[in-house]
Amino acid sequence: MMNTTSAPVLHAAGISKFFPGSIALDDVELTLYSGEVHALLGENGAGKSTLIKCLTGAYRRDAGMIRLDGQEIDPRGPLDSQSLGIGTVYQEVNLLPNLTVADNLFLGWQPTRHGLLDRKTMVRRAGEILSGFGLEIDPSLLLSAYPIAIQQVVAIARAVEQSGKVLILDEPTASLDRDEIDLLFSVVRQLTARGIAVVFITHFLDQVFEIADRVTVLRNGRLVGTRQMDDVTQSDIVEMMLGRHLETHLRRRDRSAPGKSLLKLKNFGKRGMIEPFDLDLHEGEVVGLAGLLGSGRTETVKVIFGVTAADQGNAELRGKPVKMANPRESIAMRFGMCPEDRKTDGIVGDLSVRENIILSLQARQGWHRPLTRTKINEIVDHYVKALDIRLASPDMPIRLLSGGNQQKALLARALATEPELLILDEPTRGIDVGAHAEIIELIEHLRAHGMALVVASSEMAELVTYSNRIIVLRDRHHVRELEGDAINTGAIVRAITQQEALA
Amino acid sequence: MISATLKRVAPQLVILAVVLLMNFAVFPGFFHIEFQNGRLFGNLIDVLNRGAPVALLSIGMTLVIATKGIDLSVGAVMAIAGAVAAAVVTGGGGWLTALLAAIAAGLLCGAWNGILVAILRVQPIVATLVLMVAGRGIAQLITEGKIMTFLNPGLIHLGAGTVAGIPTPILIWIAAGIIVTAIVRGTALGMLIESIGINETASRLAGINSRALLIAVYLISGLGAAIAGVIVAADIKGADANNAGLWMELDAILAVVIGGNSLLGGRFSIVASLIGALIIQSVNSVILLSGMPPEFNLVIKALIIIVILVIQSPRIKHTLYLLRASAGPAPRETTLHDTDPVAKESRP
Repeated sequence: MMNTTSAPVLHAAGISKFFPGSIALDDVELTLYSGEVHALLGENGAGKSTLIKCLTGAYRRDAGMIRLDGQEIDPRGPLDSQSLGIGTVYQEVNLLPNLTVADNLFLGWQPTRHGLLDRKTMVRRAGEILSGFGLEIDPSLLLSAYPIAIQQVVAIARAVEQSGKVLILDEPTASLDRDEIDLLFSVVRQLTARGIAVVFITHFLDQVFEIADRVTVLRNGRLVGTRQMDDVTQSDIVEMMLGRHLETHLRRRDRSAPGKSLLKLKNFGKRGMIEPFDLDLHEGEVVGLAGLLGSGRTETVKVIFGVTAADQGNAELRGKPVKMANPRESIAMRFGMCPEDRKTDGIVGDLSVRENIILSLQARQGWHRPLTRTKINEIVDHYVKALDIRLASPDMPIRLLSGGNQQKALLARALATEPELLILDEPTRGIDVGAHAEIIELIEHLRAHGMALVVASSEMAELVTYSNRIIVLRDRHHVRELEGDAINTGAIVRAITQQEALA
Repeated sequence: MISATLKRVAPQLVILAVVLLMNFAVFPGFFHIEFQNGRLFGNLIDVLNRGAPVALLSIGMTLVIATKGIDLSVGAVMAIAGAVAAAVVTGGGGWLTALLAAIAAGLLCGAWNGILVAILRVQPIVATLVLMVAGRGIAQLITEGKIMTFLNPGLIHLGAGTVAGIPTPILIWIAAGIIVTAIVRGTALGMLIESIGINETASRLAGINSRALLIAVYLISGLGAAIAGVIVAADIKGADANNAGLWMELDAILAVVIGGNSLLGGRFSIVASLIGALIIQSVNSVILLSGMPPEFNLVIKALIIIVILVIQSPRIKHTLYLLRASAGPAPRETTLHDTDPVAKESRP
């Protein structure tokens, strides 16, 4: 078991990583002791994978130092870190299914005899290694003959054989069923018994409590804290991941009653994506969607905007039945949306900021009715000023803007269509503090002017400040609706962590 | 607007000038143009005239490539269109009927490609490969395996005739270039096509009808191929299903690439592709005029094109940029785009 009295096997301190326009990691510290399972948690974009990549040398860190067994190291890449003793296994098994198990175990460091491949030794050694993990399989068969969990163990065995000090498991259980997880965990326990430090990245909190000794939580590229598992509850961890410290004084929600009903969703859902839910949206109202990653926040947003069409239930817009079949029709119904992943779903990188802002409006008008130059300038100038988008020129490609300014340009794109319903998915993720505050300001402003807004966010504190109502999601269900004074982060955390039976 | 276009096509114009001077070097009479029997004659006119099919193909190909696609079928569509036109006139139809029938066939082919790509989501290179292979077979079925000759003067005029002394194909490709450019740049079509080529998911979420646009670009490509097919057939007064437009899809793709358009989609310039088509034809002309044995043709063409592409490669461009930067202050424009905004905008 873990031995915290001795010196740490790995100590990383002050790790920072900057990308153009955003800070991915800011002064993060991670300490690993030999024989411990250390869970690394955080929402998407919190910086988990960036941290791992800095440790393995896949990214060059911009600041900070890494000590392995007291020696300062500076890995130049995954191969380098592997030879130093840090092995990594990714969620998707990075092995070759069309080679044998033994080939996969020894690829790149095959045993040789007189310069030739020593296949017999290889198969024998592979059998020995795997049986060391309690895996009695035939290593001369193709890897693809075995289920994912076994492949996962082969990948782990490969990493451990080559490294043997630190093993990083990046969401290893994402595609495994219960029995397979048990197999994997028994392997992990054997490794810790051998004194290897295991970093375990996952989104499944119960698994963290099952296997981890300590946990480090990241949020927005910053270290929230490292705790002993014995000292924390699930609620504590959820709070650490989602943040709750800044809110109460920020909360200045105006309690004026929302306006007329705009969109009524009844039993609305999509099989395999989000369980049917009811939702009434009113003018002048912000409805927040809270929940952990994968709880169905984004999925709810997607069916409302028609990114993925719902396959059950019905929708009424101002009393008239409507269908949200695709984004184009939703925009025609005066819905607007800013997607969660700005880079892949939001910006059209090589187009200018100008073109990006008018894109939705132009698409709705149709290609044959181009906006006039004057009109375009008018719109772009207005939003650049109103949202304080900082740029050298509206003709520069949008990809050169910082994250916050890109987000504002995307808001401008949606607002230019003058929507009645604005759907924002993670509007403040990965942007700087200044832009963050401005976007929250904007949400308040739009609501006060009668717009209906749906905002999905992993920042509870933020949702609490501007939402009139908050829907809490868990396991793709809308499990709780909070209203008025019931809105506070404690209630959200309780709803998220509450066991199914109690709900 | 005009100056922006000029700036965009400046490298292509320089290359074209160099290749034309190479023509002049091997054949001093290259730039001589004369007016005889009511028609312009001269090597330069030949380049413009012979370049017509590839120029026509490159217009549609530019748009297809801008959407991150590719259309390998245009050569085969040319064969189909030529065969259809020939079949109509040999069956007693007029030249206009023949032309319209050929265009209809081209649009049908474009629709087929477009549906495969836009609705069935087949990868463009595979989707159009189907018609590239099958198309020639279809053309052979129409011509019944023979070269189908015809004498209809109206149809022949499209390939071999002149209008006001200028060979008809030249007028057709220039007109097509102007019309399509006017449509895509005069409306929002060009921007929307670039948008789906750069990021289709984001474009769809922004409300762009990417399916319709994808089908449209393949339709335009099919249309251009049909007209090119009619010109080629009219020029030889017959439809040759085996050879009409053979490998021409590759020349068209090359024209687009020489035109500086990225095969990864996005920003495009039809004018640059048309200049690219002229460059290819000028290269053909150099080889022809130099009197080199014909077996060298393809090798020399390949060499010249490699040189052109190497000059345009990002790495060489970057090296040239560094050379210039170290020689003196970097041009303001480049500095602004390459470094400034990142540095400035990353700090809120």
